Amino acid sequence: MPGTVIETRELGRRFAGVTALHALDLTVGAGEAVAVFGPNGAGKSTLLRLLATLLRPSAGALRLFERAVNDGGAAARRRVGFLSHQSFLYPDLTPTENLDFYARMFGVARPGERVRGLIERVGLTGWAHRPVRTLSRGLEQRCALARALVHEPDLLLLDEPFTGLDVDASAMLAAMLRETHAGGTTLLMTTHDMARGFEVCRRAIVLTRGRLVWDGTIAGMPDDFERRYHELTQPPTDPTLSTQHSALRTSR
Amino acid sequence: MLALLRKDLQIEFRTKETLAALLLLGLLTLVVLSFAFDPTSELRGEAAPGALWVAVIFAGVLGLNRSFLAERENDCLQGLLLCPVDRGTIYLAKTAGNFLFMMMAQLVIVPIFIFFFNLPVSLGLGGVFLSLALGLLGFAAIGTLFAAISVRTRAREVMLPLLLLPLAVPIFIAGVKVTGHMLAGKPFAEVKPWLNLMAGFDVIFLVVGWLVFEYAVEE
Repeated sequence: MPGTVIETRELGRRFAGVTALHALDLTVGAGEAVAVFGPNGAGKSTLLRLLATLLRPSAGALRLFERAVNDGGAAARRRVGFLSHQSFLYPDLTPTENLDFYARMFGVARPGERVRGLIERVGLTGWAHRPVRTLSRGLEQRCALARALVHEPDLLLLDEPFTGLDVDASAMLAAMLRETHAGGTTLLMTTHDMARGFEVCRRAIVLTRGRLVWDGTIAGMPDDFERRYHELTQPPTDPTLSTQHSALRTSR
Repeated sequence: MLALLRKDLQIEFRTKETLAALLLLGLLTLVVLSFAFDPTSELRGEAAPGALWVAVIFAGVLGLNRSFLAERENDCLQGLLLCPVDRGTIYLAKTAGNFLFMMMAQLVIVPIFIFFFNLPVSLGLGGVFLSLALGLLGFAAIGTLFAAISVRTRAREVMLPLLLLPLAVPIFIAGVKVTGHMLAGKPFAEVKPWLNLMAGFDVIFLVVGWLVFEYAVEE
């Protein structure tokens, strides 16, 4: 399919005998913004780490940008940005030094110029030369977003990006994500904050116990979706219900 | 690779944590061992190479243990693994950083070692540094690999020396032999087989580390 950014076929991952992700089929087109919802332990972070090539699949196939990821993922990583609740920033370096380091690691042309532009864009000009260790959580997350965008990725993966942020910082991050998406970047975001998910994304998938149980449009239907989400993610009281959960999967 | 090495040097020159730990432990070990021998005894001179290498090993293990701690904070190792560079390149850069820090510490430790053990400053000093360079390169090569493995374990301070020291023993034995011969002013030809042995281990450890590092950092 032309313009496909993510394509997984029966993608699975096991950790020490426990299946974290089970036979996931997912296709995400270029320019989409997809929220990944699910309770704790549903396999959301595992999915993102597989897509970021930080984990190897135990089963199935993964294609990024219409190419199979079978070379360790170095080529795909050049086009993928990853923002987690961990910032991946060195606390003893300043935002400028951190961004300059990552820009050079990604082979960005004219890294100094790119870093100055990003620092300004995320509103860190006044903190550009202070160690990351001294920044508040909100400022650090803004810097982490700049880190994830330093190489102008075509796909931005976001793993609980709003965790630990206050209301204002969350709103600012959501605005930045909308702006990034408007610029043509494909987003895939896991979050427990449904309101923020609705704000940034038009499509959602729901994972529970490592399985995809819902995939559809969420624009304009927050109440319906929340009710449906709670039905889908109820822990089964009877083992046979897990089979019914799989059957609840809907197509877009 | 240069960007990663530059980043490690930048952090170290700002915090000075690894260098300070390397120097302090190395010097303390030398001071204690120098008092263990009678200043007039010939045994003191014979034990000197062993004392230097004990200091190097203790301090080196401490430095290697620290080398991946900066990558643990804020999960920076994941950030590093997200970069589109070969994992083997990350290994080589971390090894180069560890080697440089250990060699920098030797620039202070060796003169103090010569002073405490009352050794003549001779032409053999170049040979001592050559043996340290070859020994520490192999030590850093295998140590960086094991530091990457042990940093994710709970008992990493214990795990690293347990994994590392048995494998690095041939390098230490050769290092003690070369240092001893050089301090005694013996001809270079006599130590050549030991230097070849060290160089051989360096190559083996570097190649193995480069090939295996990807699996060491993978979950």
